[in-house]
Amino acid sequence: MTADEETGARVTNRRSRRREVRLAYLLLVPALIIFAVFVFFPFIKNFQLAFYSTPPFPGLPNRYAGFSQITSVLGSSDFRNSLTVTVFFAVLTVPAGIFLGLLLAVLANQKLRGMAIYRTIFSSTIATSVAVASVVFGTLMSPQVGLLPWLGINPNPAILNNPTLALPAVAITTIWQNLGLSFILMSAGLQSVPEDILEAAKVDGAGTWTCFWRVTVPSLSPTIFFAAVVGSIFAFQTFGQIDLLTQGGPENKTNVLTYFIVTQLHVHQNPGYAAVLSIALFLITLVLTLLQLRFLERRVHYAR
Amino acid sequence: MSRVALEHITKRFDDVVAVDDLTLEAHDEELLVLLGPSGCGKSTALRIIAGLEAPSEGTVRIGDRDVTDAEAKDRDVAMVFQSYALYPHMTVARNVEFPLRARRVPPAERDERVAEAARALDITELLGRKPAQLSGGQRQRVALARAIVRRPQAFLMDEPLSNLDAKLRVQTRAELVDLQRRFQATVVYVTHDQVEAMTMGHRIAILDRGVLQQVDAPQAVYERPANLFVARFIGTPPMNTIEGRLTGGADHLVFEASGVTVALPAGLASATMSASPDRVVLGVRPEDLRLDPAGSLTAKIILIESLGHERHLVVRLDDGQTVIVRQPGDQTPPRDGEAVTLSANPDSLHLFDADTEQRISS
Ligand SMILES: Nc1ncnc2c1ncn2[C@@H]1O[C@H](COP(=O)(O)OP(=O)(O)OP(=O)(O)O)[C@@H](O)[C@H]1O
Ligand SMILES: [Mg+2]
Repeated sequence: MTADEETGARVTNRRSRRREVRLAYLLLVPALIIFAVFVFFPFIKNFQLAFYSTPPFPGLPNRYAGFSQITSVLGSSDFRNSLTVTVFFAVLTVPAGIFLGLLLAVLANQKLRGMAIYRTIFSSTIATSVAVASVVFGTLMSPQVGLLPWLGINPNPAILNNPTLALPAVAITTIWQNLGLSFILMSAGLQSVPEDILEAAKVDGAGTWTCFWRVTVPSLSPTIFFAAVVGSIFAFQTFGQIDLLTQGGPENKTNVLTYFIVTQLHVHQNPGYAAVLSIALFLITLVLTLLQLRFLERRVHYAR
Repeated sequence: MSRVALEHITKRFDDVVAVDDLTLEAHDEELLVLLGPSGCGKSTALRIIAGLEAPSEGTVRIGDRDVTDAEAKDRDVAMVFQSYALYPHMTVARNVEFPLRARRVPPAERDERVAEAARALDITELLGRKPAQLSGGQRQRVALARAIVRRPQAFLMDEPLSNLDAKLRVQTRAELVDLQRRFQATVVYVTHDQVEAMTMGHRIAILDRGVLQQVDAPQAVYERPANLFVARFIGTPPMNTIEGRLTGGADHLVFEASGVTVALPAGLASATMSASPDRVVLGVRPEDLRLDPAGSLTAKIILIESLGHERHLVVRLDDGQTVIVRQPGDQTPPRDGEAVTLSANPDSLHLFDADTEQRISS
């Protein structure tokens, strides 16, 4: 190739590259539009809404309220109650879900005949929707039909109307529904624990218990951490079970953030209030996500 | 330390027989090497001793105890894995300490023994690091430290040097031998590297397809291979083998193959007469063949591989077979394609029955 040809080639090359880049952006446009309409715009609009308070009567214009609406919402006892309920809900569901998932995964990891059947059963709840889970458990706990009357038990007030039991009851439904996912996550984690270090531990004199706590669980810690963070994010976004089982009641004892937001928006017609709550939820989720990213980064170092 | 014995051990995986009726003992304070090609069942045998694999048949003894049904954790042996199998989430100190912790050794004694093991393997500066921050050689030393810290009945090592580069391997080999002597350890050492086996083993057990072929001191295995497999497996370059027939009488026995006739020495001849096989295989090591103007074998040089201190001459005999001749580096090299004559040292000929592949003779 002569020098001239080479420059020529480079020019065509650059030109074709530029054309490619243009095509790339063109192909991105549809996705960008969808994102803009359904994600970016509502996201920004939400921040704007947070600064405007909704008038008590429909038809009047929104009033700019600045930070006062934000502070008043975040300082309200309703918000504090909702946040407490949500955190409590996460505490009830996440550790128990991980523990049960791990337990089932360890059981199913045994090299026994017919284990595939159990694996299928254990993971099956992943194919259940929130609605189905809620209906199943709602029926189980109903005072009129299902398990309790059949057993001759008739709690009064009914479980889902009992201020102490309602949230744990919803939590159990959620744990059950997420168990399949938790089981699959933990099984995948277990299978990636190197066989040779487990064998080394056995030869080193460790019994089943020591092996599990000192080798298996530490090796699983990235998986457990991942499950904890993702589980918490799920827990903070729980809506379906609450809506179907308790509608935030009794006495607001199950009024988790998402449900609170929806009632503020649709029942109380108060978009400003709902916007502030949404931002709070967004920030919580953001922190959890950042935590996860930080940890994953560290884990990459550790694995090398 | 104690002896380790396998008695009529057979291990089947579905339809694969990984170990076939193996009876073998590592004496107290002995370094016994299990040698064989890939897939011959070395690791399986070792894992059966460790208790990581249950034998289909047979008995395992450690010391005077029958441990066939004992769990791995109760066997009191230490194992060094090919992958080192260090616990990635623990520091080096914790790794070395783990066997003591698992056995509930009191903390004060633990620290002392970890320090001692670290000194023995020169890893004291590494105690605070994680395995991921160590080089291959350092990991290997940590794995060894974790093994010796326990003062077990025996050490089991599965190709512990195979992940090291050639230079480090030679150095670590010597250190392992030294360590074995200092601790008067019983060691069962698995390798597929015959140089390791020859240099380290007090005795070598050679396995092929799960069957024990021969157990003996390295020199004995080299000088008197029990069968064709061992003859071809031990030695680099491998022994030349030529199939042929025996002719002549007891006082003048001759090995004959197409184009090759070799007179056998009297000792070999008398042993052969009693066996009187039809077809035999004559084996001669490359170092026992030499270029000799008065030699009886005519051949042509087809390839010369020079290693500096020696040369491997690949020559073609009249009947088309190729054999390898080892020539010391200080002798004048032949030319490529040159016609030469060879002679063999008559005292170092090996004769095997072609059907049974077993060694014939003295
Ligand atoms: N868990 C298992 N299931 C089925 N077959 C197995 C199992 N472990 C080993 N084998 C088979 O048993 C035979 C012996 O395997 P082994 O690992 O003992 O060989 P090896 O001599 O250690 O080989 P290498 O030098 O490659 O490590 C092989 O044919 C192998 O495929
Ligand atoms: Mg092996």
